[in-house]
Amino acid sequence: MKRSNGIIIIPAYNEEENIRQVLAEVAQHNPNLDVLVVNDHSRDRTSFLVQELGAQVIDLPCNLGYGGAVQAGFRYARELRYDFCIQLDGDGQHDPSYIPKLAQEITRTENDVVLGSRFLGKANYHIPAIRRVGMYFFGAIVSLTTGKKVTDPTTGYQALNARAIRFFANDNYPTDYPDADTLIVLNYAGFNVKEVPVVMRQRMAGVSMHANWKSLYYVIKMCLAIFVVLLRGRKYYGAIKSE
Amino acid sequence: MTGFRIQVFAVLGSLIIAAIIFELIRKRKVLEKYSLLWFASAVVLIVLSIWRDLLEKVAAVLGVYYAPSALFIIAGFCAMAMFLHLTVVISQLTEQNKTLVQEVGLLRDMVQQLQKQEQK
Repeated sequence: MKRSNGIIIIPAYNEEENIRQVLAEVAQHNPNLDVLVVNDHSRDRTSFLVQELGAQVIDLPCNLGYGGAVQAGFRYARELRYDFCIQLDGDGQHDPSYIPKLAQEITRTENDVVLGSRFLGKANYHIPAIRRVGMYFFGAIVSLTTGKKVTDPTTGYQALNARAIRFFANDNYPTDYPDADTLIVLNYAGFNVKEVPVVMRQRMAGVSMHANWKSLYYVIKMCLAIFVVLLRGRKYYGAIKSE
Repeated sequence: MTGFRIQVFAVLGSLIIAAIIFELIRKRKVLEKYSLLWFASAVVLIVLSIWRDLLEKVAAVLGVYYAPSALFIIAGFCAMAMFLHLTVVISQLTEQNKTLVQEVGLLRDMVQQLQKQEQK
């Protein structure tokens, strides 16, 4: 049911230990936006808990992975013609007290996408050295190719306006995780992107999606993804955006 | 020298395959994650084709007397790895497809029930 012009999209996969507190905190800081949880075929009681709290939930019939779940949320937002959306993870890493700030940034400024960065401003977040190197490396590539400085390319805490929602709902969103390549795509398509500082916490409970050892696979895939985006070029993405 | 010719063919073939895969990804006919094994295979074959000493060593380990023949065996391994990967992917897709069809059937039933209720 659409009651507001903005919607908070929360992708969740096996988050029965966290989702209740996340929704409680969201409710506390929510400036009257609709709330949608996209349950990515969890095998636990995530969906049940969300429904118990009376929030809206989309239960995906198969597990799509993070990007696929988020994109389902974008599709929903596009269908119901929301003016903007705010996306935060269902694992409690994203402090919901920044929702009003993101909402304000996306509605009152010209920006199409507002990214919550954990490295702008006071950083209260520990990251293993090896991942820090990776983030710095890919951040540098983004800065080089777009001419814009990006401090936190892997953030999943962001706000999008209707144009950006439509762009991502049209299959321009990665199935796995949004990352440096997504930022270059946004820039090439001509969207205005801004970073604002947010605080991220360590996971409250459960298993992180980045917990396994797939770092090498990640780096190679990321390099390939960025290379392909550069190969496609600005013209390609500009054309898709005006569709 | 036949050894040199096969080296050239192997390098050229690998480069052409890599170029085709890149083009397919660019046109979005192939997803990045399904291209990685192809690139890995191409890189392995290119390295072994150019680096003759390494190929000799690998051939010795495999028990192959004529080193360039080892290239075929390795290419065969790469092909096997890709087939296996594809079989896994297809199996996943089959499962997902089944679930989706069932879900659509259930949803259609629900919609029909709702329509009937509304008509009453």
